[in-house]
Amino acid sequence: MPVSSALYDPAPHDPAWRGRVNGAMVFLVLLLPALYLSEANPATFLGADSLKASYLFVKTFWPPKLDADFLLLVLHSAWKTVAIATVGVSLALVLAIPLAALGVRVLSVSALGTRMSPLSQALRWLVRVTAIVLRSVPEIVWALIFVRTVGLGDTAGVMAIALSYAGMLAKVFIDIVEANDHSAAQALLANGSSRFAALMLGTLPTCALELTSYAVYRWECAIRASVVMGFVGAGGLGQQMELSMRMLAGGEVIVMLVAFVGLTAIADVVSAEVRRVLA
Amino acid sequence: MMQNTRWHGGWLLLVWLVLLAASLYTLTGDWGGFVSLDSMHKMGQFIAGFYPPAHTAPFLQKLALATCETLAISWLGSLLAALWGLGLALPAAGLWGKSTRRGARLLLNILRSVPELVWAGLLVIAAGLGPLPGMLALAIHTTGVLGRLYADSIENTPAAAFAQLHALGTPAVSAWCYTTLPQIWPQLASYFLYRWENNIRAAAVLGVVGAGGLGQMLFLHLSLFQFNEAASVLLAMIGLVLLVDQASYLLRKQLA
Repeated sequence: MPVSSALYDPAPHDPAWRGRVNGAMVFLVLLLPALYLSEANPATFLGADSLKASYLFVKTFWPPKLDADFLLLVLHSAWKTVAIATVGVSLALVLAIPLAALGVRVLSVSALGTRMSPLSQALRWLVRVTAIVLRSVPEIVWALIFVRTVGLGDTAGVMAIALSYAGMLAKVFIDIVEANDHSAAQALLANGSSRFAALMLGTLPTCALELTSYAVYRWECAIRASVVMGFVGAGGLGQQMELSMRMLAGGEVIVMLVAFVGLTAIADVVSAEVRRVLA
Repeated sequence: MMQNTRWHGGWLLLVWLVLLAASLYTLTGDWGGFVSLDSMHKMGQFIAGFYPPAHTAPFLQKLALATCETLAISWLGSLLAALWGLGLALPAAGLWGKSTRRGARLLLNILRSVPELVWAGLLVIAAGLGPLPGMLALAIHTTGVLGRLYADSIENTPAAAFAQLHALGTPAVSAWCYTTLPQIWPQLASYFLYRWENNIRAAAVLGVVGAGGLGQMLFLHLSLFQFNEAASVLLAMIGLVLLVDQASYLLRKQLA
C-alpha cells in the first residue's frame, strides 16, 4: 500500500532540506565575521590577569557596606532618581501634548473637505519628523550631550528624559488617538466646532484612559532609564554606582545593585497597579 | 462607572502633582540659569559646533567599521541570549518540577532586572575595554528577557503530546524537542527578532562604558570636544535605528 510504504520509508527525505542547508550556510557565513568583529575570544576572560582582577573585584562584594551614612546616601540617590524621572516625564508631557495635538491627522479641519491643504500637511509632517528625531537618539546620548552643556548632575538627566520621552509620547499619543473611534470629533468639526473643542469633547473622552496609562508606563521606564543615565554623570543612583565601580568598591556596588533592583520592582508594581485601576 | 473613573483620575492627578512638587524641591538644579540668555547662547554655540558633520574618507571608513561592530555585537549577543534563554526556559517552564521552576525564574528575574549598561560596566572591569564585554552584557540581560518570554510561551502551549511521549519513557528534553518546540518555533523566532531590534539600539550606547561600537566612538569624540565627528556618529546611529525599525516592521509583517 502506498500509504504504509510512505510511512515506513527506510530512508525518509526531509522535504525542507534545501532550505535548512541554505539557512545554515547563510548563518555560518554571517557568524564568522561577527565573531571576528566582536573580538569573541574567551581567553580574554580566562587569562590569568583578568581572572585575578575579577576575583579581587568580586571578593570585595562581601561584606556589603551597610553603615547608616552610606545607606542614607543610597536612599537619597534613589529618591533623586525618582525625582529626575518624575520631572523629566512631566516636562516631556508638556512638550508632547501640543506636538500630538498638532500631529493628529483626524482632527484636521482642512481634511474634512477633499484633501488636506498643503500648509497643514507640511505642518503635520514637520511634527512627525520632530518626534522621530527626538526619539531615535537614545536617551543616554541626550544625557551625554546635556552633561557637556549644563554640566554633571540632575539637570542633564531631566533634560535628556524630557526630550527623548517627548518624542516617544507624542508618537504613541498620535497613534492611540488615530486608532480610536473619531466619529464624534469629526461630527463636531463638520458642524463648525473649533479644533480645540473637538479635541477636548470629541477625542479625549474616548481615549483619555489609554493615554494616561501609557504616560504612567513611561514614568516607570523613565525610572529605569534615569538609573542608567547616571552612568554618564546625569545624577541619581546610577552616578553613585558608577563612582563606586570606578573605585572598585564592591561592597558599595552590591548594595546599590540591590537598591536599584528594588526601586525598579517598586516602580513596576506601582505602575501596574495604577494602570489596573484605570483600566 | 464613569464617576468612579473620574474619581480615580482626580486622585492620580493629585498624587502626581505632590510627587512633582517634592521632586522639584529635591532637584536644586540651576533652573534659572538654564533658561537665561547666556546659557541659551552657549547652547546655540554648542549646537552650531556640530555642523558640518565630519565626512573625510578615512573617518567614514572607521564609522562604517564601528557600525558593523555594533551590528555584530547585537546579533551575537541576541543569539547567545536565545540559546541561554532557551536553556533556562525549560526548567523555568516547570519541566522538572516546581522547585526548579521557582529557582530558574528567580535567576531570570535577576538577570533581567540589572540593565545591560550595568552588566557591561561590571564586565569591562573583568575583561578590559572592547566589544566582547558589550556583547556578553547584552547576552546576559537579554537571556533574562528571552528566557522569561520563552518559558511563558512554553507553558501556554498545550502539553498533551509532550506528556504522552514523556509518559512512554522518552526523556523530558527529547520529548520536548519533538512535541512542544515545533509548535512554538515561530513565536520564539519573532521574540528573538524583537529583542535583536532592541539590542541594536542598546549596542549603540553600550560603548559609553567602553564596550565597543558606535557608542565608544561617540563617547570618545564628545570627550575630546570633536563635535563634527560626534555629529557623524550621531547621524549613523539615527540611520541605523531607523533602518532597523523599518526592516523589522517589514519582516514582522511577512511573518504574521
